Amino acid sequence: MRPLVSKVGVHAVLGAYTLLAVFPILLVVMNSFKTRNAIFGSPLSPPNAETFSLIGYHKVLGNAHVGTYFANSMIVTLGSMFFVLLFGAMAAWALTEYKFKGSNWLALYLSIGIMVPIRLGSVAIVTMMREAGLNDTLTALVLVYIAQGLPMAIFILSEFIEQIPRDLRDAARCDGVPETRIFFEVIAPLLRPAIATVAVFTIVPIWNDLWFPLILTSSESTHTITLGVQQFLGQYITDWNSVLAALSLAILPVVVIYVLFSRQLISGLTAGAVK
Amino acid sequence: MATLRIDKLNKSYGEAVILRDIDLSIPDGEFVVLVGPSGCGKSTLLRMIAGLDGVTNGDIFIGDKRVNDLEPSQRKIAMVFQSYALYPHMNVKKNMTFGLKFSGMPQPEVDRRVADAARMLRLEPLLDRRPRDLSGGQRQRVAIGRAIVREPDVFLFDEPLSNLDAALRVSTRVEIAKLHKLLKATMVYVTHDQIEAMTLADRIVVMNQGQIAQVGKPLDLYYTPANLFVAGFIGSPGMNFFDATVDKKEGGAVTLSGPNLPAFTLDALHFAPTVGAKVKVGVRPEHLSATATGRFRIVAAVELVERLGETSFAYVRVGDQAQIIAEMKGREVPSVGDVVTLSAADRDLHIFDDAGQRVVVD
Repeated sequence: MRPLVSKVGVHAVLGAYTLLAVFPILLVVMNSFKTRNAIFGSPLSPPNAETFSLIGYHKVLGNAHVGTYFANSMIVTLGSMFFVLLFGAMAAWALTEYKFKGSNWLALYLSIGIMVPIRLGSVAIVTMMREAGLNDTLTALVLVYIAQGLPMAIFILSEFIEQIPRDLRDAARCDGVPETRIFFEVIAPLLRPAIATVAVFTIVPIWNDLWFPLILTSSESTHTITLGVQQFLGQYITDWNSVLAALSLAILPVVVIYVLFSRQLISGLTAGAVK
Repeated sequence: MATLRIDKLNKSYGEAVILRDIDLSIPDGEFVVLVGPSGCGKSTLLRMIAGLDGVTNGDIFIGDKRVNDLEPSQRKIAMVFQSYALYPHMNVKKNMTFGLKFSGMPQPEVDRRVADAARMLRLEPLLDRRPRDLSGGQRQRVAIGRAIVREPDVFLFDEPLSNLDAALRVSTRVEIAKLHKLLKATMVYVTHDQIEAMTLADRIVVMNQGQIAQVGKPLDLYYTPANLFVAGFIGSPGMNFFDATVDKKEGGAVTLSGPNLPAFTLDALHFAPTVGAKVKVGVRPEHLSATATGRFRIVAAVELVERLGETSFAYVRVGDQAQIIAEMKGREVPSVGDVVTLSAADRDLHIFDDAGQRVVVD
């Protein structure tokens, strides 16, 4: 038993941090349910019978493009996630399991990707996409996000693969299991918690990204939700009801995906394999 | 079923030499145990037989086929790991059949093999369970079952009992022995536990520092160890050694004495020791006795007594030599401080020359 004081202290610190992290989000969600006057009049108070209004949601959902924005965000996020996880896991397996010429250099090269932000290459990326004819397509976004997500995915998954007992792979080899099947049927199922972690790590920045949709997409049919929300922000008039409602809605899918994956974040999947 | 032949096998990682010129021939159906201290290369040798580690040079033959360049799955071997290495996300039955799936074996044959193995290892009630719901002993039986269904030419065991508790270790050991009788398969078994080695093996291969120290039947290793290493390694507690010099040689009799060893004479020593040659005299704790009347005698002070019930170990000091252990049977146990005279029969003495090689005593 730890002393009560330290317990209280730890919870106080954690509580304060939670408050700090949740407060802005709470503020957005809260105000999205208020009338325009109430938003400015008393931004910190929760909606009451007088100030409650769904005007923002009506406007957002009534907007013909918002559905497209959401769909685009979904396609881009899930598409990138799928490929980041697939290629990330395969690359991590190859880099940890097989020693080949230049494998260390390759691992180093990939880890540079963690350190150097991909936005530094924005100009080159725009040129590249234009020359490849991918300008203003979702494909362009997916490709960029795969490149952005891969280094971290490989890094985390390599660590997890290292922890999978070597005997398991050796046993599968003695059993006559082909290498690709060892990866997909022995290693991949054991990587589930790691894959869930990486999925969450990958999805959130992609869903929230404004930069690449801004420079790579131009037509409304390819806008993502974060970019789409910008149309409610005008130079002279900003439709705060719509902005807050759209942002609140934009939070939802990420939360749902997180809840789904967090169920996988249980450790101890390898229990019973060894020892 | 097949023979296994290892020819001038070497293994090194860069500068580090792991195995040096291993020659070993194992006839069909023999149970061979590789035993040695950790780092002696026994596990590496097993992994090379399995094909999990590459060969630096030399050859491995299973049956008549040179298998150096074959994948593990093509060698007709099955391996049981110390850690069991079961697939944690598959139930017992799938664990056993997973490998067969890729061999294109017809389903009825797969079912028959699983049923046979499950019956042999009493796994029938466990077939639908996951590894995490099994006890250690059950897990190891599943791992053995997974090896059996492959019907391999050679079974390889890598310290399969090391993770089990003492009681399970004994019962699983007995099961492995029975299994060998039943399957009559060639088996290679790695362990650092000499009791496992002695009880299971048809022949034991004692390894030390990447080389084979001696190959022989369990009792041969115990009664006629070929060198100092084997003499010290086999037997528990280990053999006692005394430094000695050849004093005199007359006819068939040789007289030896050492700083802590009163002079004694042996008959018919089958070597030609020059007078003055340095030797080591070894005698096992269980062969030292306070009542025997051999010509080999030491006078010793008892420093510590460990009572185990049936036997007791007396730690005694002879002159300035570090402790000597004597095993005492029955109720007559000396107490600390007693001075005892210990003796051993001639045939229980092991004499090693300067290079540590055995000198035959008849």
